[in-house]
Amino acid sequence: MDPTQSQQLAYIAGQAADARVNVELETDEGMVLNLGPQHPATHGTLRIVAKLDGELVIKAEPIMGYMHRGYEKLTEVRTYPQVTALINRIDWLGNFANEVPFILAAERLMDVEAPPRAQHIRTILFELSRISNIALFLGDMAVQLGAVTPVFLAFRDREHVLNQIEAVTGGRFHPNFDRIGGIKDDLPAGWIEETHAVMVKMRKFCDEIEDLVLGNEIFQARTRGIGVIPADVGLEYGLSGANIRASGVDWDLRRDNPVGLAWDKVDWKVWTHPDGDSFARYWVRLQETREATKIVDQLLDTMPAGPIMAKVPRIIKVPAGEAYIATENPLGEMGYYLVSQGELTPFRVKIRSASFSNMSIAPWVLQGTYVPDVVTILASLYFILGDIDR
Amino acid sequence: MSSADTETEGVTTDAAREAAVAEFAEALGDVCLETHVFPGVDCWIRVATDGWLQAAQVARHELNYRYIDFVSVIDWMPSPYGRDMDTEQDRDPNAVADVEAMQHGVTGGDTRMQAIGRVHSLITNIGVNIKCDIPDDTLTLDSWISVFGGVNWHEREAYEMFGVAFTGHPGLRHLYLPGDFEGNPMRKDFPLLARRVKPWPGIVDVEPMPDTGDDGGGES
Repeated sequence: MDPTQSQQLAYIAGQAADARVNVELETDEGMVLNLGPQHPATHGTLRIVAKLDGELVIKAEPIMGYMHRGYEKLTEVRTYPQVTALINRIDWLGNFANEVPFILAAERLMDVEAPPRAQHIRTILFELSRISNIALFLGDMAVQLGAVTPVFLAFRDREHVLNQIEAVTGGRFHPNFDRIGGIKDDLPAGWIEETHAVMVKMRKFCDEIEDLVLGNEIFQARTRGIGVIPADVGLEYGLSGANIRASGVDWDLRRDNPVGLAWDKVDWKVWTHPDGDSFARYWVRLQETREATKIVDQLLDTMPAGPIMAKVPRIIKVPAGEAYIATENPLGEMGYYLVSQGELTPFRVKIRSASFSNMSIAPWVLQGTYVPDVVTILASLYFILGDIDR
Repeated sequence: MSSADTETEGVTTDAAREAAVAEFAEALGDVCLETHVFPGVDCWIRVATDGWLQAAQVARHELNYRYIDFVSVIDWMPSPYGRDMDTEQDRDPNAVADVEAMQHGVTGGDTRMQAIGRVHSLITNIGVNIKCDIPDDTLTLDSWISVFGGVNWHEREAYEMFGVAFTGHPGLRHLYLPGDFEGNPMRKDFPLLARRVKPWPGIVDVEPMPDTGDDGGGES
């Protein structure tokens, strides 16, 4: 069979499989509503097939794979330094934060430790990517409810943070800046003062958002008591990050799982909220953004001097072994289970991405809600499609 | 927190991991085949195939590991196609893997496919990797879904990517791939087709520069 023919067959088979899912859901009573894959509320190509009884969702089933890029397979044919260019694109808003756990896992197997200054700069860039990521959520969640202004504010102020990231790394979205043993470059002149000024702006942005959104009656009516996830269920589904902290679980990998970065050198607080609803998730993320600006400020003030790279061989071979490193990324726990067999390329990389587990609770939490709330609950769970599909 | 604190913490977490592994070994009895602790870093246990579900039950209900990180599969067979990086484009598509050279990871193993699940305790802040051999002939394992509802998608992913079936899973169908996709892409003997049709552009990095020939042009 020639390749075009087999491609055509594969395409037809795919269509047929999609049709089967629809038929399967339609055979019982009730109406089927298809959200996506190109629906504005799914910001990406997530598709939710919801079976409705009137306005009530009886069953909701997310269907993924429209953006599956097979990163776990691709990492097996790339050398360690090449992998960071790839995994930048998993959660494209929290770009730098994706690189860090993988590099840490490789460093652990190689028994290399980055110098303090490199760890410091890593932590700062990590938190900057958190701020730029969550700032967009803070605007986006409001726009899902029909409030247009916050998203403009978010794009306006996020720009300052992206500029700072760009000034150091040269890339706004895909820095590819972290190296085994340290980081690529040192900070440019005057960057510390500029970043202090940006942090002041971001705190002002948080205040604005708090005034505009949190106190809004419509926002409260649409989010309070909607999409409640009890702590027990959340843990069972592997929910992490702000989603689980909004259910009252006081757990943050930055504090509880020190991996060598500089979070334990500064004074900050883990915010939790007891309610577990959409409002709590928004509230926790807002507080976290504020807290991140404080972390950045303190780290900038205590920047150690010294080298930014440890001594590593020019051609990197990672000794055989296995390591799992997870960090608290903007979306939640992001980890890499790295298996090395002493070669230039990883043997197997299991990417444990936050959104994948965070979204796996969607069928549970969407069941029994009303159609308009589907959009707010999905927005409050905050997923990035690249982080689900990988 | 000062650096001295971090150091003492490193020592205590090590003892804590030894204790965590010992707890598992005691609760599971014969089912627990092997344990491994990387001091201050991580710990692993390997259970027999029949004990896979029991390990999850023990973890969640007896030892209070309430959080599930992930469930996945590792294919230990060396890739028959090498690393697809520095190999020629027209490499033999019918290459056979050298199964004898299979090296299992930290806790050893007997089969080609091995399942790995990671559970985390919020009380002690320790994560435990639970490994389990998957029989080569059946490629079937009990599902953890009765214990951790969240493994639903993880097991579906493992099913489509490695062809490992999970008994007791309510809807074991493809997660990412089209419904009628044939093959299991993450298996080592599934070729990466992108590298078959086009040579990897990164390969130019290792080629000698064109002017490093006999006239010494490489100096300029």
